[in-house]
Amino acid sequence: MQELLAQLAIFVIAAFLGYELISRVPNLLHTPLMSATNAIHGVILVGGMITLATDGGAVIKAVGFVAVFFGALNVVGGFWVTNRMLGMFGPPVKRVKKRREG
Amino acid sequence: MQAATFLAYLAAAALFVLGIRRLRRPETARSGNTLAAFGMVIAFLATLFVIQFQGLLLIGAATLLGAVVGAVSAQRVQMTAMPQMVAAYNGVGGGAAALIALSEFYHLQIQGDESIVAAITVPLTVLIGSVSFAGSVVAFLKLQEIAFTGSVVFPLQQVVNVILFVGILVLGANAALDAAILPFLPPVASVTAVLVASLVLGVLLVIPIGGADMPIVISLLNAFTGLAAAASGFVLENYILIIGGTIVGASGTILTRLMSSALGRPLRKIIFAGIAASGGGKGEDQEERPVNDASAETVGEYLKDEAEKIVIVPGYGLAVAQAQTAMRDLVDALEAEGKEVLFGIHPVAGRMPGHMNVLLTEAGVPYEKLYDLEDINPEFDDTDAAIIVGANDVVNPAADDPEQDTPISGMPILEVEKAERIIFIKRSLSPGFAGVDNPLFYDTDKTMMLFSDAKQGLQEVVEAVKNG
Repeated sequence: MQELLAQLAIFVIAAFLGYELISRVPNLLHTPLMSATNAIHGVILVGGMITLATDGGAVIKAVGFVAVFFGALNVVGGFWVTNRMLGMFGPPVKRVKKRREG
Repeated sequence: MQAATFLAYLAAAALFVLGIRRLRRPETARSGNTLAAFGMVIAFLATLFVIQFQGLLLIGAATLLGAVVGAVSAQRVQMTAMPQMVAAYNGVGGGAAALIALSEFYHLQIQGDESIVAAITVPLTVLIGSVSFAGSVVAFLKLQEIAFTGSVVFPLQQVVNVILFVGILVLGANAALDAAILPFLPPVASVTAVLVASLVLGVLLVIPIGGADMPIVISLLNAFTGLAAAASGFVLENYILIIGGTIVGASGTILTRLMSSALGRPLRKIIFAGIAASGGGKGEDQEERPVNDASAETVGEYLKDEAEKIVIVPGYGLAVAQAQTAMRDLVDALEAEGKEVLFGIHPVAGRMPGHMNVLLTEAGVPYEKLYDLEDINPEFDDTDAAIIVGANDVVNPAADDPEQDTPISGMPILEVEKAERIIFIKRSLSPGFAGVDNPLFYDTDKTMMLFSDAKQGLQEVVEAVKNG
């Protein structure tokens, strides 16, 4: 019970944290942000590992194997593609100053 | 749990948060992504200690396989196909959550362990995870144009969805209450039925939504997968799953709202799009109005001889036609003639917010030529020609007109009507996904319509500028 209450508290705080984290984000970054948070929920990989480590029959092993495969795919693909995306953005431009000079 | 692994999880969670924080600014975004990835490595290593290196061989094999497939696909994917790739990664994450919950439930049943928490969170995880998986698959198929393109609707769709959802709740309750409701269906079979029914629900929820709204759907499903991961954290009593999943669930929801408001598309309208889309008659009552149908030669000649400052507005059609290289050629040809060429990028140009910037920079258009909405609008005053390629809604003055109530009303637009001449390169007169006719099409004095596929049209204009 104690454990569950702690988990609930963490859940609520994490929800507020996630809510506050994304505020006044420029449109430009919506796609990379979506892609990066997509990679973060790949943390489900951890769940797959726990499942696969459980003593169980062939069914549990097979399901766990697929879950770990999916999770790793989510994590690696997600972070990798975000990195590629952001690599293309190049250095930022100070537009306002340039305009005023010209 | 050991204190050490708990602290490691805490460090991983902190890195996730720091990573997302840095992702809010273009300057630090890339390092933010790296930080979050580093957090993931810590979570992975800590979990090896949690499970005391049980099943290491299988875990290593599955992880390696997933990592290789993920890395290769992420490295090879065309940037135009990136939204569906994100959908695919999201889908497998949701699928993993559903499978983990199902498997854990099976395991608990064998052990005769009747945890009330698991009884509630397992069906929930399976539901959300499966919807996310199936929905993402449909989004992928739509964007890849393999199946379900456009809006797929059938009679009583919403009713079927509601019945299905109620059915899932009953099955879930049956699993939680040890088959008290449906005695013939044992708990594990019940949860399996939840999984199957939720997959169907995921498909039905996404098929009526048109391709242009897919980015928002993917973002919403991203939040779903986060929630599924969090729910599985309750099932497995694992803190990093709860924290990581919840942060994504919450931030994903906000991000979805931000995106839909940038698009001027309220979430409610998108989710219930099926009904509206089937009822709206685009073709009805459309009189033939004259347009200035221009050839590529005419356009090329005008650009070469009379325009000095040119602003290009790229849109969805450019991405679809994969015309970004032809676009780059046009910029080179015009600059060789001594013209000033800028790009006006609407926040939602392309298939996702920020997507167009990625596409154009990949094609080699210098980053400093790309102007945001606020920066480009003042520029139109002394612009000689605004070239709109494969876009309509983002330049449609109807969005600004308080007299009209349209699906795009209130969306900020690029004010191309302030330019001297307007050139549309577009396949037909058909309105964009919002289905709102654009009055600029019919301004025959000002507007030239070049009816063509974006790629072909641009190539012809390039030729005309070079040889004209």
